[in-house]
Amino acid sequence: MELIIFYILVAGILISSVLTVTSRRILRAAVYLLFMLLGSAGLFFMLNFYFLAAVQLTVYAGGIIVLIIFSVMLTSQVNEKLEAAGLKKSLFSLIAVAAGTVVCISAILNYNFPAVSSAENDTSMRTIGLQLLSYKENGYALPFEVISILLLASMVGAIIIAKRDVSK
Amino acid sequence: MIEGIQLEFFLILGTLVFFIGIYGFLTRKNLITMLMSAELILNAVNINFVAFNKYLYPENLEGQFFALFIIAIAATEVAVAVSIIISLYRRIKSIDVEKVNEMKY
Repeated sequence: MELIIFYILVAGILISSVLTVTSRRILRAAVYLLFMLLGSAGLFFMLNFYFLAAVQLTVYAGGIIVLIIFSVMLTSQVNEKLEAAGLKKSLFSLIAVAAGTVVCISAILNYNFPAVSSAENDTSMRTIGLQLLSYKENGYALPFEVISILLLASMVGAIIIAKRDVSK
Repeated sequence: MIEGIQLEFFLILGTLVFFIGIYGFLTRKNLITMLMSAELILNAVNINFVAFNKYLYPENLEGQFFALFIIAIAATEVAVAVSIIISLYRRIKSIDVEKVNEMKY
């Protein structure tokens, strides 16, 4: 049963990510991206990373997709079709991408990974919260604070960039 | 860990999604669709981090924290990119990358 759900999720991720980059209607591409993100949240759920999956659902599927759809609404007509990429361009991109895929997959298959550990990891909210604010070993207090400053800076930056020019 | 699924399966899935994102980034001309391809790339990296964390080093949660920080950085990146796109559209009425050659100051 678990395997079937896993394969359905993987197929959904692959199909919707291909459709994201090939769909000629921009709003549909955004919705396919949403399905891809939901599929990978499902993978995280299956791997027992509940908090990460919840963050993926709220921040990615909830926040980022809404922002992208808003910007689509503000900048283009919904019915308008994007022009397809030229044959030469898509051919050469396809060759580059296929070469990269072959190199990466052969590297993955030839590398000897250390033995799979069967220990269960502790992903409870309590552990995550304690580690995120601890400054001892395995603590992430510094990156947490840096991220908060980055969020503030990007918020201020986004407001200033998108603000209408007052001087005109 | 899912019974019957190897680590390599996750890594190949991550590779495929990553290169689909690269393909979109190379062929698209619209700025918003290029942004979507960048999101695909970031998400592929997240899948890899989580798979490594679960299969090889389950005693710590390093992969999960990296994925969390990547999600946060992706959110800030999208916010700034959308504001740039909107201000660009207001200025030249288009978000085609080939028409945006006036960014030079």
